[in-house]
Formats: sequence, structure tokens, C-alpha cells
Amino acid sequence: MAATKTRTSSFSRNLPAASSAQSPEIKCGPNGTFFVSSGIPDLDKTLGGGIPLGSLVMVMEDSEAPHHMLLLRNFMSQGLVHKQPLLYASPSKDPRGFLGTLPSPSSPKDDKSRSHDAEQEKGLRIAWQYKKYFDNKQDFSNEFDLRRPLDRHFYTTQHVDCISTHDLPNLAPLQERCTSFLSHFPRSDSNIVCTGRIAIQSLCAPQCENSSMEWEMLSFIRALKSTVRSANAVAIITFPSSLVSPSFCKRWQHLADCLVSVKAIPDEDKELAKLLTGYQDIVGFLNIHKVSRINTQVPAVLEATTLSIKLQKRRYLVLECLNQAPIDGSGGTSYGTSGSCSGSSSKSGSLNF
Amino acid sequence: MDSRARNLLDEALGLDQLTQSKSPLGGKAVLIEDCVETSGSFVLHQLIKRLLTATSNSSNVVLFLAFANPFSHYDRILLGEEGKAGGGRSGLFALFANITKVLNSLPEGNRKCLTIVIDDVSLIEVAAHGSSDHVLDFLHYCHALTSNHHGCSLVMLNHDDFYSSMDRPVFLKQMEYAADVLVKVKPLATGLAADVHGQMTVLNRDQCNRRGSLNNRMSNFQFRIKENSVEYFYPGART
Repeated sequence: MAATKTRTSSFSRNLPAASSAQSPEIKCGPNGTFFVSSGIPDLDKTLGGGIPLGSLVMVMEDSEAPHHMLLLRNFMSQGLVHKQPLLYASPSKDPRGFLGTLPSPSSPKDDKSRSHDAEQEKGLRIAWQYKKYFDNKQDFSNEFDLRRPLDRHFYTTQHVDCISTHDLPNLAPLQERCTSFLSHFPRSDSNIVCTGRIAIQSLCAPQCENSSMEWEMLSFIRALKSTVRSANAVAIITFPSSLVSPSFCKRWQHLADCLVSVKAIPDEDKELAKLLTGYQDIVGFLNIHKVSRINTQVPAVLEATTLSIKLQKRRYLVLECLNQAPIDGSGGTSYGTSGSCSGSSSKSGSLNF
Repeated sequence: MDSRARNLLDEALGLDQLTQSKSPLGGKAVLIEDCVETSGSFVLHQLIKRLLTATSNSSNVVLFLAFANPFSHYDRILLGEEGKAGGGRSGLFALFANITKVLNSLPEGNRKCLTIVIDDVSLIEVAAHGSSDHVLDFLHYCHALTSNHHGCSLVMLNHDDFYSSMDRPVFLKQMEYAADVLVKVKPLATGLAADVHGQMTVLNRDQCNRRGSLNNRMSNFQFRIKENSVEYFYPGART
């Protein structure tokens, strides 16, 4: 369990006694907030520990690539692995079918293929050894193997609710389902028994009847935001930002507590290939526009707001800070913080000594 | 907070020049505009703190219409310093009726000490399903309360980045016109920085001065937000 602890800010209340009594899927954060994992350890680290309970996360989709689905899948799988009830809404006619595509946590022996810095590697080795003896020991956040589907028992035996937004004439049924779902997780900081997750995919997708009702959408999001804030839950909404009018897109952005956008990377872009190391492995970019600021007015200034989305071995979702390729003729090392040391093998060989 | 700890924002708002008998913001309407990149809610928090901790006038009352965050959020930030807070939810007409009820419930002499704080206006628009006429009417009614007869002050937070993409941002222009003080919060043009969180412009439309000419005052400075306070400084002058 110690392997996944990240450094918190000096203002956080680190109460080891209390946190050990809590379940592992919740971590104490600063200013009396609690974090749950997004399902992507790199994203948790960048956001300062995870997603604060009570947050509304919005993901601006790129209409050219389904990268938001990677975020959504990991988020949902993480919740199911931690036995957190899930409400999933999607514009497809059979949202339950999507659950079969959720990834499974990767087994410990696969983890060794990821290169970490030495300290974390030692930590992983210890954790792996302990895993032999503690079957039910859970981490705060898991690595997910996108090529292995989640075991069916994770979503057939527990509280997973699905709703299709395709044929809804308006958003009232969805709002009712969300409100009744969230009523099971009333806010109580002292003893968090259960936390819930809501995942709404492609709200305002054009194939839905209700997609042109812009003010209704805003009203729904606002109501959801305030209900989530007063519950022990986290909601994530993805939406096609290019299909919403610009002024409404801004309104949506203002309503989000945490706002990220995903962007596809053009194939065979020679300019980008020169600029970035490991360009071939990058499938897209993740931009973090806003970070949840609950119970505080201090803005979060992140070290990096643009991360590259990579699929390692086409199985593991990895987010890295961008590595600049060495400039021709400089002969120096690349700038930018490095998330993995595998980047050095693919440096464009223009070092002249 | 003692009277010696005046900062650039206080000066820009003219808070340092008010006498004891007048209401804290001098019966002015203050409009705060921000954007997605830089939130202006810290200005609201600072103003509320100033109003509630003003040593010169201990009977300040803040009427807080909070749509954006639950009260626990503000409670945490303001460290438990709450004034008398009330807020209606549905129906702008009912909301305004509630406001006048609170106003009338105050003793006669203290009516000028009422400050109505709205966080934020865009959510009133959402509640009114986009009928900006109704929202404007509501805001004009609130603004009317700042006239000499009542003497209340009004502080509103709005986001101006979604109006800028429209052809005729009538709503925003009308609000800016009606405001006596305009505070615009923007990110730095050069990008993110850990020690400077953004810049702000304060336009204070004073009434006519003694010689009869308008005395508009425009201040431009940068800020850094901390847990319990905000530092304001001129660009490059941060110690």
C-alpha cells in the first residue's frame, strides 16, 4: 500500500491513523478533501493525488479520435475494481454491452516491463511480494491492461446501472437517475463508507434527440454538479466540444470542476516527429485546463498541462510530459521532465561530439 | 484586518476613502469578470471578508446569492466568517421578493450596510433558461437598490469569455454599463506562473468630483492567491 503513496503539499492534513482506517480506494487530500483514483496513475499524479470527491470532471472530445474512451474505460474499471457503484450513460442503444470492453487490472508480473525510476521499482517489487500473501489488498490506483477484458463478476454482481441517452426526449429521466443514484452517497467526511461514480459518455452527441436543447443541457449539468458536490461521488462527462456552439462550450467549461481535453495526433507529421521524442508511440495529447479547487481559492499551477498519451505495448495507457527532441547541433540533453527513460532509445541521432 | 493593511485592490475600489457613515462599498455596483483560465472568485472572497471584518462598521450585512458552490466551500475559505446569508432558488421574481424582504427586515439606519453578492450571474441565466431579458430585469432591480434611496451595494461575478464569441454581446455590455466598478481578471499573457497567478484591471467610475468633471480611475496590477489572502502588486514590483 505504501508503494502508491504520492507526495502531498505542505498544507495537507496527513493523518496516517485515519487514512489506514479508510478503505484503500480513498486518499486524504488537502483542505479536507478526499481523492479517488481516475484509473490512470500518471493522471492522478499530475492532478495532485487523484480526483477530489464531489468533483465534476469534463472531458472535451476530439471528434477525430476516440481517446476520451480510454479515459472513460480506465475510470469505470477503477471504480468497479474498488467495488464502487457505477452509473453509466451513453448515446448507444445498448450501454451494457460497453462494460464488456472495460480493461482488467494488469497482473503484477506485467508491471515489471514498465520502466520506473529505481525508487519506485523497489517499491513495486515489495508490493508484488506482499500481493502473494494478501489477496484482498487493493491499491489506490491500478494499471489497466487494455487487451484483457474485466472479469464479468465485477459488473454483474454489484450495483452497476446503465442508461441510454439515445431516445430520451429530454434530460429529465437522466437527471432523475443521477439524483437517485447520488442519494445513496450522502456527504459525511467522518466515515466514508461508500463512494459512487457517474460516467456520462458523449453528452450532446448529435445522434441523440435532446442534443439541440442547449439550455436544458446546461441546467442538467448545473444540477448534476451541485448534487455531486454534496455527495461522496465523482462524475465524469465527455462531450464533443466542436459540435457545441462556442459560447455554450465556454459555459460548459466554466461549470466543470476539472476540465481536460484530448486531441488526436496527426499521423506522419514530420514537424512533430522532429520536435518530440518517441513520436511514433504517441497516439494523442491530453490537455489539462482546470483542476478541481474545492474548499480553497488557491489555483493549482501544474508542472505540465499537456501530456502525451501513449499505449505501451498497445496495452497500457501511459501519460507523459512531453520530451523535446534535442535540437540539431546543440549536442546537449533534451529539456522537459522525463516520465520514462525509454525515450532515450528513440532520440533522433543528431548528436555531434 | 486592521485599517492599516490596505492593498492595491482596496485603493482601486476606493475602499480606503470611505467614511464611517456610508456603506462599505459606497452604494456601488461592482461587476467582476473572469474567464476559464483564471477564476475571479477570489475577488468575491476578499470583498466579503473585508465587508464582514470592517472595524469601522460592525453592522455590515452580506446577502449572499450563491449558485456556484455550496456554503461549505465559502465557509472553508472564509474560515467561518459568515454574515447573514439568504438566497432564493427558483423564480427570479420570488428571488427578488426575498431580497426586498431581507432588506426591509433590517433596521432603518442599517439599510445602507447591506451588500448583495451574486456568485455568479451566468448561473442565473441557466436557471432562467437563457432568457437574458428576465435576468437583466432582475439585475436592474438589484441595481436600483443601490440608488440613493436604499444605498445598498451590489457585487456580481460573471464570466465574460462566453459573450466575446457572440456577435452582439448585449447582455454583457448592459451589465458593464450599469456597473460603477468593473474588475476584470485575466491570465498572464505569457502563460502560467507559480508566483503570479494573473492580472486584473479595475475601472472605477467615480461620481463627479468637486470641479464637476468625471473622475474615472483605472488601475492595472497583478496578483498572487494564497490560502487566506491575496497579494497585489504592480508588474515587476513583487518583493
